[in-house]
Amino acid sequence: MKLPSFWGGIHPPQKKDATVNKKIEKYLPKGDLVFPMAQSLGAPCQPVVKKGDRVLVGQKLGDSEAFVSAPVLSSVSGTVKDIALRLTSAGIYENCVIVENDGLYEKDPSWAPLDNYPEADPKEYLKRIREAGIVGFGGATFPTVVKLSPPPDKVIKWLIVNGVECEPYINCDNRLMLEEPEKILEGLRLMLRLFPEAEGVIGIENNKPEAIKTMESEVSKQGDNKISVVPLAVKYPQGAEKMLIEAVTKQEYVMTALPADVGCIILNVRTVHQIREAIAAGEPAISRIITVTGEAVAEPKNIHVLLGTSMRELIDFCGGFREQPVKVISGGPMMGVSLRSIDIPVVKSTSGILALTASNSHLAPESACIRCGRCFEGCPMGLMPSVLNPLVLMRDYKAFEETGGMNCIECGACSYSCPANRHLTQSFRDGKSTIMAMRRKAAVK
Amino acid sequence: MERLLAVSSSPHIHAPQNTRVIMAWVLAALAPAGLAGVYFFGYRAAAVMAVCVASCKISEYVWQKLAKQTITVGDLSAAVTGLLLAYNLPPSIPFWMAAVGSVFAIVVVKQFFGGIGCNIVNPALAGRAFMMSSWPVPMTSWTLDGLSSATPLAMIKGGSIENLPRIYDLFIGNIGGCIGETSAAALLIGFAILLYKGIISWHIPVVYIGTVAALTAALGRPAGPLYEVIAGGLFLGAIFMATDYTTSPMTKKGQVIFALGCGLLTSLIRVFGGYPEGVSYSILIMNLTVPLIDKFARPRIFGEVKKHG
Repeated sequence: MKLPSFWGGIHPPQKKDATVNKKIEKYLPKGDLVFPMAQSLGAPCQPVVKKGDRVLVGQKLGDSEAFVSAPVLSSVSGTVKDIALRLTSAGIYENCVIVENDGLYEKDPSWAPLDNYPEADPKEYLKRIREAGIVGFGGATFPTVVKLSPPPDKVIKWLIVNGVECEPYINCDNRLMLEEPEKILEGLRLMLRLFPEAEGVIGIENNKPEAIKTMESEVSKQGDNKISVVPLAVKYPQGAEKMLIEAVTKQEYVMTALPADVGCIILNVRTVHQIREAIAAGEPAISRIITVTGEAVAEPKNIHVLLGTSMRELIDFCGGFREQPVKVISGGPMMGVSLRSIDIPVVKSTSGILALTASNSHLAPESACIRCGRCFEGCPMGLMPSVLNPLVLMRDYKAFEETGGMNCIECGACSYSCPANRHLTQSFRDGKSTIMAMRRKAAVK
Repeated sequence: MERLLAVSSSPHIHAPQNTRVIMAWVLAALAPAGLAGVYFFGYRAAAVMAVCVASCKISEYVWQKLAKQTITVGDLSAAVTGLLLAYNLPPSIPFWMAAVGSVFAIVVVKQFFGGIGCNIVNPALAGRAFMMSSWPVPMTSWTLDGLSSATPLAMIKGGSIENLPRIYDLFIGNIGGCIGETSAAALLIGFAILLYKGIISWHIPVVYIGTVAALTAALGRPAGPLYEVIAGGLFLGAIFMATDYTTSPMTKKGQVIFALGCGLLTSLIRVFGGYPEGVSYSILIMNLTVPLIDKFARPRIFGEVKKHG
């Protein structure tokens, strides 16, 4: 049987073996915790605490008035040591609240399960999701409450849970599906109350047969006919929003449209899990599951970690480096950000810490395009990377836009397949951000 | 102290191939036809190949040195050009002519236009066309086992189809012709290698050969379509020359249009033209249409509604 998928795409090596069977371990931080104020898409937060304040677990450290934003909460109890600029995984120094951990984990008493939560008004769910600081844990960190508040004229027909995890090496979503499937399902059922006309679909790639089996048996155990598990063919970047919608619903939509325009909302498995925890257990978004792996790591692990924990502590927890890493990446190897230091806090978008050795990281010089067309084949958006690349290099942004460059989702499929090592994705990132900056400038005028 | 970490834009992993690996596989796929050439035409065929490959590589190196460019001889593309040019030459060609043709292919056709990826026509075919117009007689004298013979297509053109070689000899390559074009069997092995390694797709070779078979049958060529496609340089051209990345369209749709054009031109030249063959000129002419084809045969952007049809 041919499993559903999307057009284009590539097949990078999976490399998930090192952590696929590793149970999620809980790690409690030793050092200070660092909370960057910009952890979600949209407006960055402003600190709401001062130096010297005592804070509790789940207490708000930063917030913003803006609609598209999510508050940042403390993951430990202790004292605010400083509010200062610190290096983050974005590669820049950002405003951070630094908390000295007192090791007591005293919880803010306002965090309790929502009263009679299975029957509560669904609007209470949305309030709770906002207050709990929940964002898309898949990596894009879009504030979840915004996603769950589509314009009233849009009818949501599919609530898709993204269990694709198409990034090589990473296993955090896979492990969560294996270990806590009932919580994921409960989260999905709660969300379906918001959208009475929607069916729940859990999309999982076929390279995770155990996860598919576990989720399926959990669905049938609870006898819910509004929820189904859809196994998908293995292909990168299936976890991208547009590709997953194409694979599950056979629908496409233009660049300027949103998933809600085709009746879809997509939530990562951990996001749905976190929603359940916030509503049913009174646990705000102060932790996440990450995979610490890569050929340079001594003992790769899946770790349940409190946000703000230093990556260095987690690498030490995994036995340190067995070999000198050449690259350390926050996230997966296809879309992750390479770091210049490991003294960086785990934030909401950190799905993994990947330490690659010289033989496993790709650092080759560019050579001339040979027009082989592999980038055309790989591009899930139907773009022409080899045509767009010189347009950016020549600073012809108008032509870049006209040729469809703004559609690029930066998945890296083109760069991955390019035999000439052209830095295609990098140039499109440059082109897109330059055009966005020009648009902002024009809007100000 | 910890060593500094490398920082670069994602993706951080890469498919295990590069230009050099691809060119090495093309050379590997060309090997069976070369061995067949040496088997049927003797060691002189091997010597011609060596002269062409060496001339191409040396001229690329010297040109890039003189032009103060990055030396890219290591990517093996010049070796592919040299071998393809040799495959398009008669075994009896004087070595100096083969060397001059190679230099023309690399310096004039490839490097003058910007080097790898920038040339507008296939360097090996343009080199051959240059040699055909410079030395028409040595370029069309065929010998097999010391006897000069006409190529099957020349016989068809001349109207003497009763002496045509058996189709079996044609298939394995035991006939007069250029070094690398005569053995259809060896070229098909090469085709299989290229397909298996994902170097090329089936579109150009199959559509090109299919079009020639259909048109020559429709136009009533005496030897029949099967004979027509196995004879001459069609397999070599369709599998190895028309599929040259740089001078063929980048989308599958464009490749089909390109191959249809090649097939049409080859059939027209064979039936109505002055040349018995027609593969190399067809591909050279179609090479020039590639920018136009690429302009129209574009992939459809995700979510974009089809404008035509």
